Amino acid sequence: MTLPTSLQSNPRFDQWLKFLSDETLRMATGKVEIGQGIVSALPQIAAEELDLPLDRVIVLSGDTVSGPDERYTASSLSIMDSGAAIRLVCAEARALLLDRAALRLNCAVAQLSVAAGRFLVDGTAADLSYWDVAGEIDWSQSVKGDGIAKSHTEYSIVGQSVPRRDLPAKLSGGAFIYDLVHDNMLHARVLRQPGRGASLAGLDEAAIQRAAPGAIEILRLDNFVAFIGLDEWAVETAAAIAPSHATWIGAPAIEPAQQDAAWLRGEPAIDNSYGAPEDAGASGELVEAVFSRPYVAHASLAPSCALAQYVDEHLTIWSHGQGMHLLRRNIAQVLDLPVEAVTAHHAMGAGCYGHNGADDAALDAAIIAVQKPGATIRLQWRRQEEFGFEPFGPAMLVRLAVRRDRAGRPSDWTAEVWSPTHVQRPGTGSGYMLAADALASPPPDLQPEDPGEERGGGGTRNAAPYYDIPNSRIQHHLVTNPPVRTSALRTLGAITNVFAMEAMIDDLAAMADEDPLAYRLSMLSDPRARAVLEVVAERSGWSRRDAGGQGRDLGRGSGKGLGLAFARYKNTAAYAAVVVALSVEREVHLENIWIVADGGLVINPDGVRNQLEGGAIQGASWALKEQVTMSGVGVTSLDWDSYPILKFSEVPEIDAVVLDQPDQPSLGVGECSVSPTAAAIGNALAHALDQRIYDMPLNRDRIMAALSA
Amino acid sequence: MAETYQFTVNGEARSIEADGAMPLIYALRNELGLTGTRYGCGLEQCGSCMVLSDGVPGYACTQGMDAVAGREIQTIESLSAEGGTEAAPHPLQQAFLDEQAGQCGYCLSGILISAKALLDKNPDPSRADIVAALEGHLCRCGAHTRIIKAIGRAAAVLRGEGAV
Repeated sequence: MTLPTSLQSNPRFDQWLKFLSDETLRMATGKVEIGQGIVSALPQIAAEELDLPLDRVIVLSGDTVSGPDERYTASSLSIMDSGAAIRLVCAEARALLLDRAALRLNCAVAQLSVAAGRFLVDGTAADLSYWDVAGEIDWSQSVKGDGIAKSHTEYSIVGQSVPRRDLPAKLSGGAFIYDLVHDNMLHARVLRQPGRGASLAGLDEAAIQRAAPGAIEILRLDNFVAFIGLDEWAVETAAAIAPSHATWIGAPAIEPAQQDAAWLRGEPAIDNSYGAPEDAGASGELVEAVFSRPYVAHASLAPSCALAQYVDEHLTIWSHGQGMHLLRRNIAQVLDLPVEAVTAHHAMGAGCYGHNGADDAALDAAIIAVQKPGATIRLQWRRQEEFGFEPFGPAMLVRLAVRRDRAGRPSDWTAEVWSPTHVQRPGTGSGYMLAADALASPPPDLQPEDPGEERGGGGTRNAAPYYDIPNSRIQHHLVTNPPVRTSALRTLGAITNVFAMEAMIDDLAAMADEDPLAYRLSMLSDPRARAVLEVVAERSGWSRRDAGGQGRDLGRGSGKGLGLAFARYKNTAAYAAVVVALSVEREVHLENIWIVADGGLVINPDGVRNQLEGGAIQGASWALKEQVTMSGVGVTSLDWDSYPILKFSEVPEIDAVVLDQPDQPSLGVGECSVSPTAAAIGNALAHALDQRIYDMPLNRDRIMAALSA
Repeated sequence: MAETYQFTVNGEARSIEADGAMPLIYALRNELGLTGTRYGCGLEQCGSCMVLSDGVPGYACTQGMDAVAGREIQTIESLSAEGGTEAAPHPLQQAFLDEQAGQCGYCLSGILISAKALLDKNPDPSRADIVAALEGHLCRCGAHTRIIKAIGRAAAVLRGEGAV
């Protein structure tokens, strides 16, 4: 049998499980908590398979000493990858433990059962537990994958909405990387190189020292500059004024036009085509439209942070990045250390939904730590640094060209996508950590890559229609010279592709004079796709669309709109259908969002609903508000006034429902509601205005321009 | 120029030697070990660092020590002092647990402070009152609707109406 990917790379039992002397089980995962609830859901799987109370399973997450390497926590794969591995490991471990217990108790395995980690013989408690026999088993052996996992009909822990483990500490003021305090800790900030290839021609260190309200040390290594000291305020003040005392040469300039997706067309690109060959003889009316979104920011609520210490030639790093094993290898490489001389531990950070400055901050801290052996360096980025230097979600331009058949259905579908890369995580494609560029031997210019189509693609994610369309193809232009570094942000290219596709489907339905729901259902043969649409239609009162939907009584022309959208994330993960009710008066006011998702077997239903709700709000924020602006030598949206996100007063009521399919494999749900929400907002706005707006964000300027056109 | 500043934190008299322009958040986190007050922007834009200053919500990221002197500061840790340990949470903390109101959780301590200030003066807030009290706060994970519900639930519990 084929083992799950995570087990192929981490085959030993002891990379996953350890029975501890206090009668707990330590379950390890390479995936990390990023707000998605994974450290709460994964132990449900382990506890279920091993018949342990949930509180006896403790979690080790993102640890390069004892935990498995599962690459990055990304792409809604934590339950599908790590969860599948943990289920198999635990099922097989249970069999090994039962074998030992049968020997010890001189009975047949079939006579044994387990309750709370203690064995029963023919239903009678025996004086023997997992922990009594665990020491007799060689846990360094490889998992065979032949363990028989429970049937879902036996589940009592999986499928329950157990509370998040991390929440109590987060409500009491602890829990985060920012809160770690070490003896001999020094605070640090960095002066950022304004762009690749810029070199520091001058730095007025005396002026910076004078401005700092406490003792600081200025560390210079080539074009890397750091301010270090015991007093964080002094270090922060030095870093805040440092840019005005620094002279750089060779910083690349950014033209304002480069901030717009339209700039991408015609720029140097790596071109690829997927799907059906072009059909020169395709007939039917051609419908074309071009859609876009701008560069967007992860805009994490906390600036990136890392701790590092270098003791006895061993570097230890604490980071809120999403892949500790890769971070370890990449930092070892940049600093020319043997990989065995580096350890990385994950510590929780503020949510960012992708590749933000976390890895960069870890390298910053590591560079300083190696120069200051014995101290723990606590490095934090400044707010302006986070907004200015994080790797952004790339701008995208999507041109759709569709042929309609005589019945008004699409018979031939072309999606042409222009986008910079969606993944420059360190260790992938052209990825690198920022400070490496400032050191004596900067990394070479590498060819950008996007995730492969087999992993759902990057710019092409969800560009292929899930609808029954005879011929479709994707033409992908991976633009190689964007003005800013770009990398992974929740859904990658899916939000723009789904926004475009679902707008086109609505417009085609209107051309055919059909209801958007009925039109979609007429082209969807997958019953699970149909089901999410049908249920969301029912919950939202879709049949009363022109009256405003559920519980409303509003005529057309009232500035109210109801819009629908569907997507199956990556065309392989969870299904989601969303209906949005909004009103528009110069700008959009969201009133209701209804979400229905199908994620197969659900481990923690409330955890999934939390993700659906959060994804919808993030999708709404991108659709309506967010845009990175840039000019001169960098980014100009450097605070929350110039980079607004959805506020409490702008958040609608949300109704999120999960269709549990316990006999189906779990499907990644963490990103599935984002893109359909953005698309449903676009469709609801078109419904309200009787006019389509093609470019995100759907803000006041665009609405006013559309209304006056 | 370092001077000595005296103020009260969570009911305890404190004395800090610091630069007068140093924002309160550095004193709380680094001098007093109260790490629940969170740094977000340093610009009074995100609300992560909200504390009560003489009972009124204020941003710890910008209030200099010279402005804090003599004041009574309450941080998220004061909820714990009111019974909010993990074993016996404050009604606000319990309501957030009941609603599972949070994902990454970074915004929560500032939000709990504004919620406490709201409920201290308005025991029966409408949804609009709650939203207005949170307008200075950002949440990136999209836990907004749960947070609003949790504050409404806490208000009901504090009024003696039990969980709603």
